[in-house]
Amino acid sequence: MFLQQLINGLTLGSVYALIALGYTMVYGILELINFAHGEIYMLGAYLGIILLGFFTAIGLTSQSLSLSIILTLILTIIFCSSYGFTIEKIAYKPLRRSPRLSPLISAIGVSIFLQNYVMLTQGATDKVFSSIFGNAGFDFLSTRITYLQLAIILVSAVIMLLLHAFILKTKTGKAMRAVAQDKTMASLLGINIDTVISATFIIGSGLAAIAGVMVAMYYGLVNYYIGYTAGIKAFTAAVLGGIGSVPGAMLGGVILGLAESLGASYILREYIEYKDAFAFIILITILLAKPEGLLGKTSEEKI
Amino acid sequence: MSLLEVKALSKHFGGIRAIEEITFNTRSGIILSIIGPNGAGKTTLFNCLTGFLRPTKGSVVFSEKEISYLSADKINLLGISRTFQNIRLFKEMTVIENVMVAQHSKIRSGFLSAVIRSSNFKEEERIAKERSFEYLELLGIEAYAEKISGSLPYGAQRKLEIARALATEATLILLDEPTAGMNPQETDEMMARIKNLRELGKTIILIEHDMKVVMGISDRIIVLDHGVKIAEGVPYDIKNNPMVIEAYLGRETH
Amino acid sequence: MPEKTWNHKKYLMPVIIALWFSFLFLPFKGIKAAILLFVILTFAIPLLKYALNLIKKIHLPADTFRGYVPSDKRYFFLLLVPLMTAPFFAEDYIIDVVINSGIYIILALGLNIVVGFAGLLNLGFVAFYAIGAYSYALINTKLGLGFWSAMPVSVLLTMLSGFLLAVPALRLRGDYLALVTLGFGEIVRLVLNNWDSFTKGPNGISGIMPPYIFNISLGKLSYYYYLVLIFVVISVFVIRRVHDSKTGRAWISLREDEIASSAMGINTTLYKLYSFAFGSFWAGLAGCLFAAKMRFISPESFSFMESVLILCMVILGGLGSIAGVVIGAVILVFLPEALRGVETYRMLAMGCGMVLLMVFRPQGLFGGKNVSIGS
Ligand SMILES: Nc1ncnc2c1ncn2[C@@H]1O[C@H](COP(=O)(O)OP(=O)(O)OP(=O)(O)O)[C@@H](O)[C@H]1O
Ligand SMILES: [Mg+2]
Repeated sequence: MFLQQLINGLTLGSVYALIALGYTMVYGILELINFAHGEIYMLGAYLGIILLGFFTAIGLTSQSLSLSIILTLILTIIFCSSYGFTIEKIAYKPLRRSPRLSPLISAIGVSIFLQNYVMLTQGATDKVFSSIFGNAGFDFLSTRITYLQLAIILVSAVIMLLLHAFILKTKTGKAMRAVAQDKTMASLLGINIDTVISATFIIGSGLAAIAGVMVAMYYGLVNYYIGYTAGIKAFTAAVLGGIGSVPGAMLGGVILGLAESLGASYILREYIEYKDAFAFIILITILLAKPEGLLGKTSEEKI
Repeated sequence: MSLLEVKALSKHFGGIRAIEEITFNTRSGIILSIIGPNGAGKTTLFNCLTGFLRPTKGSVVFSEKEISYLSADKINLLGISRTFQNIRLFKEMTVIENVMVAQHSKIRSGFLSAVIRSSNFKEEERIAKERSFEYLELLGIEAYAEKISGSLPYGAQRKLEIARALATEATLILLDEPTAGMNPQETDEMMARIKNLRELGKTIILIEHDMKVVMGISDRIIVLDHGVKIAEGVPYDIKNNPMVIEAYLGRETH
Repeated sequence: MPEKTWNHKKYLMPVIIALWFSFLFLPFKGIKAAILLFVILTFAIPLLKYALNLIKKIHLPADTFRGYVPSDKRYFFLLLVPLMTAPFFAEDYIIDVVINSGIYIILALGLNIVVGFAGLLNLGFVAFYAIGAYSYALINTKLGLGFWSAMPVSVLLTMLSGFLLAVPALRLRGDYLALVTLGFGEIVRLVLNNWDSFTKGPNGISGIMPPYIFNISLGKLSYYYYLVLIFVVISVFVIRRVHDSKTGRAWISLREDEIASSAMGINTTLYKLYSFAFGSFWAGLAGCLFAAKMRFISPESFSFMESVLILCMVILGGLGSIAGVVIGAVILVFLPEALRGVETYRMLAMGCGMVLLMVFRPQGLFGGKNVSIGS
């Protein structure tokens, strides 16, 4: 039972971590809570189901399951990154010099737009996808671990390691860190701020796309409002880890996933109808008690 | 008796020692200038004196009261007011409203009398407005009274900040580079106005870069370098102090 | 030949943009719809550009419509005449919508105190509306108290809740505060939805009594209209006077520059608290008016979207402008009524509208040019 919840929580946590990375990277560079990021994840989940459905219909899935999954992932990443890129150009870039809360309001507008766009084009009811994986897996110490869970955890771990290496080693990654630290200085050093910001949105959206596809396969069901809750939870994870900190987002995601799955089955069983309030309560508690999070750093405002 | 006594005041930002063990006193009714190269810690000192930064160590005694642990608004109510190096006006308010904000604590009638527009409220508002206008006149910007403050020319904005600081009716006024970005003529005018404040009985601590100005106006001068006080005295002594010359000239030859 | 490349770009750009958006649209509606969109956009974008150029030539007031609204108080009484006589000639349907706008005006004016005056973004304002409405509904149905005694109690309870939220939350920076208020709003809604024994959960509370004056029920639409009108006038009047006092100045100084504000001896935390309490006061009143009008309330009426709607009224009208917020509320209540046929696109349009407003006219219709929230 405990081990089961541990595995479930780890699966959930990996997904939160992937989404949280998008929040934390954008916040690190623009100091903007990208309210629309949860919707990118939602779009990713829809695209996952639509594309897998398409490949099944044309018979690719029955021929080569792995090929159709890989194609789905790649196409979803391409689409979601394009969405992220476009949103930044339309809704945030013109507001770069505006007061801080203008882009936040704009982001809420984008989020409402995307939710309703999906609702109008895909219908207001749940979109179901008959799982092609079933419950395939293995038993370990009387705990059922599905291959899909294992895949989600592994894929997330690998991607996060890659991202970490990317930020530390590559030129773009270094530019991103420089911009996050001091925009004026970075641009004086010849770094193109616009490119870095676009890259941040593209990468963040790509990660959310992967999370979306994996969740779609895991639950076999999506609807147009999953982005809001998942977004809040992932943002909570980012704040928990310390917003702006990439390892923090990973840590925060895993902790939140574990807390949710273990908490729901042990501590809070009686209040299960309040499940969605947990994330908010955790979020409010962290913001009030330790707003810099676990791995973030405090800063005093210069006067 | 000193108006302000600063004892062994330090402020560290992580590893940076922005100011270190600074000690000095100020009498009432003088102009004390603080000079020093960029990054010497002058603004940080102001922030510690006015409650915007909590000092790491040391004490600040104003009118025989320890104030180093008080918040900015409490310190202002005790009688220390300041301007900011990068102008901080209430940009969307008119000039006269900016100054009236500074009269906040002088207006006693509260919320309810504002709603029923009691005679007391009207009287106090009228007085506040009159006084605010007088402060504008003192700085020579009364012509702008009804303009939106964000639209004022740069020099007038600096003056408005001083008018606003004065309108809190503080006895000690801290001015952070009031002549920054001004041409020589504007600078001269500003200096005359600051001297005038001393005649009105205010005590002034002034951060200033222009040496000629500092020497002409100050009663006393304190020199900071790398967060440390390297000299203090009357202008003549400072001018001939080898350490001061070293701090300034040594920097310029870099 | 520079001229030729210029033309080239002029005709190619719309096609590229159209192609890009059709590509983004493709997976959700299929290939046919994407091609259709492409064709439409290819022609629409140059037209749109042309239209925009025309609009620019019409010469909209550069930064504010304020000059178009007479500031003289006497015009206000002139406005009162049609408002006073409206029930005698307007249909019930119109009266109903006007009552709704009245309630939203009070709500939006309340939020304007927090966001527009004090500059604190509150994304969970609907929570206070809900607390006001539920307090009235519960006090009325469970304790049997009438409107005139239950309403003040409910309003006080709402103010208290605003105070209780503000005390811990106000230490936070702008965007974090926004998130905490959003979380508060969601938690309130979830509690209303799930605390079945007290709030009847999703079924809501019915049988709420309308107000009475000397045994005359104000439940009749035209009577209720006058009640709401009176409260709207009171709210505009009171908020205006507070705005033009030291309290109002302190709030605006806070919005403009919190650091300078505290340098002027203003206890910024205290005034933020006041703004939360005073703002939720009006939300509580609006909640009571809503509950007493509908005679039935359920958590559905108090979703996050409602918070966003109220925020949009304030932003559209112009942060901090009382006249603007009144007009913003009226527009956003009447617009959906006028567009009944295309209701499904309402939220889509609202999302779009929010982005466009922020990009092209962040000060709204009546706000000052530099009015800003957060630092
Ligand atoms: N909030 C802060 N966080 C970290 N370091 C700071 C902060 N404020 C000031 N410093 C550092 O403290 C040192 C002193 O800065 P300060 O602004 O007091 O100098 P200054 O003498 O006013 O210089 P200037 O003449 O340029 O205004 C500098 O090295 C500065 O970088
Ligand atoms: Mg300085």
